[in-house]
Amino acid sequence: MHEYSLIQSLVARVEAEARARSAVAIHRVVVQVGELSGVDPELFRTAYETFRAGTLCEGAELELRRLEAGWRCPACRRTIEKGAVLSCPACGTPAALAEGADAILLETIEMEVP
Amino acid sequence: MCTTCGCGDPELVPVELHEKILAGNDRAARHNRDHFVEAGVLALNLMGSPGSGKTAVLEATARAAKGRWRLGAVSADLATDNDARRLEAAGIPSKAITTGQACHLDAELVHHALHGFPWRDTEVFFIENVGNLVCPAIYDLGQAANVVVLSVTEGEDKPLKYPVMFRAADLVLLAKCDLLPHLDVKVERVEDALARVMPRPRMLKLSARTGEGMDAWIAWLEERRAPVAEKRKTLGPVTGAGPASPLAWGHSHGTGRGH
Repeated sequence: MHEYSLIQSLVARVEAEARARSAVAIHRVVVQVGELSGVDPELFRTAYETFRAGTLCEGAELELRRLEAGWRCPACRRTIEKGAVLSCPACGTPAALAEGADAILLETIEMEVP
Repeated sequence: MCTTCGCGDPELVPVELHEKILAGNDRAARHNRDHFVEAGVLALNLMGSPGSGKTAVLEATARAAKGRWRLGAVSADLATDNDARRLEAAGIPSKAITTGQACHLDAELVHHALHGFPWRDTEVFFIENVGNLVCPAIYDLGQAANVVVLSVTEGEDKPLKYPVMFRAADLVLLAKCDLLPHLDVKVERVEDALARVMPRPRMLKLSARTGEGMDAWIAWLEERRAPVAEKRKTLGPVTGAGPASPLAWGHSHGTGRGH
């Protein structure tokens, strides 16, 4: 249930950005959740609903964009199928994960500024 | 202000950040890592299910590494300091981190635990994480490598069920291998599962009870420790028990505050 501590970090970061820009309201927060980020999007949303009360995010919609985990051979760029052994069937090079697929990123904050 | 028509109303702006939500933890982890590297200490994050045998692996490591390296550990659990006591009894100076309701360690908790603990006197330092195959995987603690303990009783497909954890592993220790004759578990199937979640799968079969595989584990540790220790050599030998006050372990946080 680390989703709760992640939401605390998210809300704190959004509030800091909003204050720095003297925002009067926050409309939307966009977060990209990588498939291998270790974050369950539903739990993440539930945690957000719980924590946003009383914060500057109270009226802000949370938009989650999921990013699938794609694997490729870094040498010959060949796609490696989901569930397959993670080395290139052609050249044996260890597979590389698509950028962002292991991360949870705060992408955009839509805010009203004076 | 609205610049479209000059009406003076507030304007809706998208602020693009593309920033990791764990950026704060990653900063704290970098700070820990700088300390470990600069002190020439090999720090390892030991993870695994509750009951996988993390503490038993460390006890066996203390027996196998006796007289070779100075070991140290912090050991995390939601409650009790039982594991830290076990490690102390095995000859590993240890400190418990009681996390309360937190299901994982983060870099800040580790940093806090290092205060007042003579970790600089160690050569190999273990961070025994909370028993959990989910949450600890995403928190960088400043370790040099992640080691995941998977016991043979947990099932051959554990890596496929918890891909985030096993992808993060630099080494998997297949523990309790002395039980294999009593189980239907096939080691090849565990290896196959690992190859589907780890691009560079590395696994060692181990039994803390019989000592099977301990040589290979010690060799892996030595392979990791040697380059880290080079740094220590350039700094000169470690001095005995060190300063009496934990505050005298001195380093700068950029604020003039040492610890």
